[in-house]
Amino acid sequence: MAQIASLTLYHNDEARPIIDAIIADNPGIRVMNIPGAVKLDCDGSLTVNRSSVEARLGRSWEPQELQLVLISMAGNLDEDDDHFTLSWRH
Amino acid sequence: MTAKKLGLKQRYAHMTRGLDWETTYQPMDKVFPYDTFEGIKIRDWSQWEDPFRLTMDAYWKFQAEKERKLYAVLDAFAQNNGQTNLSDGRYVNVVKLFLTGISPEEYQAHRGFAFAGRHLRGVGPRVAAQMQSLDELRHVQTQIHTISHYNKYFDGIGEFPHMHDRVWYLSVPKSFFDDARTAGPFEYMIAIGFAFEYLLTNLLFVPFMSGAAYNGDMSTVTFGFSAQSDESRHMTLGIEVIKFLLEQHPDNLPIVQKWVDKWFWRGHRMLGLVAMMMDYMLPKKVMSWKEAWDIYFTEAGGSLFQDLARYGLKVPKYADVATAEAEHISHQNWAVFYQYTHAAAFHTWMPDKEHLDWLSEKYPNTFDKYYRPRWEMWAQMEKDGKRFYNMALPQLCNTCQIPMAYTEPGDPTTIAFRESRFNGDTYHFCSDGCKDIFDGEPEKFAQSWLPVHQIFQGACGGPTVPDVLNWYRLNNGADNLDYVGSPDEKLWNQWMAGAVKAAG
Ligand SMILES: [Fe+2]
Ligand SMILES: [Fe+2]
Ligand SMILES: [Zn+2]
Repeated sequence: MAQIASLTLYHNDEARPIIDAIIADNPGIRVMNIPGAVKLDCDGSLTVNRSSVEARLGRSWEPQELQLVLISMAGNLDEDDDHFTLSWRH
Repeated sequence: MTAKKLGLKQRYAHMTRGLDWETTYQPMDKVFPYDTFEGIKIRDWSQWEDPFRLTMDAYWKFQAEKERKLYAVLDAFAQNNGQTNLSDGRYVNVVKLFLTGISPEEYQAHRGFAFAGRHLRGVGPRVAAQMQSLDELRHVQTQIHTISHYNKYFDGIGEFPHMHDRVWYLSVPKSFFDDARTAGPFEYMIAIGFAFEYLLTNLLFVPFMSGAAYNGDMSTVTFGFSAQSDESRHMTLGIEVIKFLLEQHPDNLPIVQKWVDKWFWRGHRMLGLVAMMMDYMLPKKVMSWKEAWDIYFTEAGGSLFQDLARYGLKVPKYADVATAEAEHISHQNWAVFYQYTHAAAFHTWMPDKEHLDWLSEKYPNTFDKYYRPRWEMWAQMEKDGKRFYNMALPQLCNTCQIPMAYTEPGDPTTIAFRESRFNGDTYHFCSDGCKDIFDGEPEKFAQSWLPVHQIFQGACGGPTVPDVLNWYRLNNGADNLDYVGSPDEKLWNQWMAGAVKAAG
């Protein structure tokens, strides 16, 4: 069974550019909509890139701000100034 | 030359450097007296990683922002009389069960993480446990603030802390946290940080809060998701603690495995209350309990345990039994509350035809065969003026404290009974999982405060149902019994009639 890296985010205006960036940057991503939230699943790993979010947001953005719209996640986290990555790789 | 800004990882290293030190006035073992007796061996606390690398200054900044957003929504909800826009008056019973059964556990979690943060001697887990302790205090406070608005209109809410300490079914979550908080700090971290936060809280908050959104409860979904935004940090702490313990020493594996088995089973039993909320109490449904279990335990838990297998850690014992029970548990719990509606601080009802059809569709293997006929019979009895109440006090499982209503694995028509002998007494259990937990710590579980035993011993206000309800501070005739005929229903119907008049 493939190990699934996953992020669940608010489905609101603030999260939308982040959701769009994730969908653009993670080919093969699966999107599940539930009322109020969206669950994004990827086999193996899933990355949020600072530059992609900033391009859509039109302002500077730090990966730590993800915490404001984050509902849940699965995978081992690696976070730095330019990315927020969940993966089952070692 | 411009000063170069430090990166996140360096910043975190600088901000937390030196927060721990070797004590000199007192030996370290006296300052940290609780982190050795459980048998866990730690070679090097500095190996602890916090992947969020959240420093206290950033923590305050983000949490303040979350609070501002949440309270703006709560204000708007109250100003606009949001309670009149719910899907149905029945919905509020979900909120009542949440406030009486879950919010007090947020407070227990606050206390528990404060203890862990004080008594673990590594700086990494201490900082993370301290933040989580503050988060959990925020959760209970925001939940009380949110639900106080419902308390202006609906019954069963006002005495929630008192009820939490006394009412029979609330002893299920209460005893869960009492057990965790009276354990050592490492067991607490595995119990709440790993088993509860990582494995099981998604099942509680995600589908349930999404259900609140779907049923028009903007205020609950907002506190729910606001709390849940802290949860990702809590889940990360849970997964870090287990990896850390398993990496530190091979002797830790059997101890950790035993805790994982125990707390998975205890958590599974407690979440049966959530299963019932999702399948029976939400007027508009998001997903069935079985579907939520498949996504959040089978799929997410599967990925996790595949990862932890490299340390030799196995999938929790009886995970297969729990997965099989996902097709039964919500129905069996609702049957209990329907029969004992006179002693519960929320309302019950039999599902209508549309709801029954939804359950048949979501539970094709079990609902039509085992549960639908019983619901139809009880609905008929109601029509005939013979609404069924069970007036006998149930036998309780000595571990999970739930009435013994669950069935044998593989045989849904036979109630499961297990027992153990200890110091000349017999103790009863609902399942092999609960019996194993007792057998592992009989000295602890022989002390369980079992609500039915306490009633029989005369410790709960008197021998009759009204005596006990009075002792619970449960307002007989308003807080309890069926939704149909309740003051809640009357108020809701008035609002709806008024809305029709206003629209017409
Ligand atoms: Fe919490
Ligand atoms: Fe939490
Ligand atoms: Zn039990």
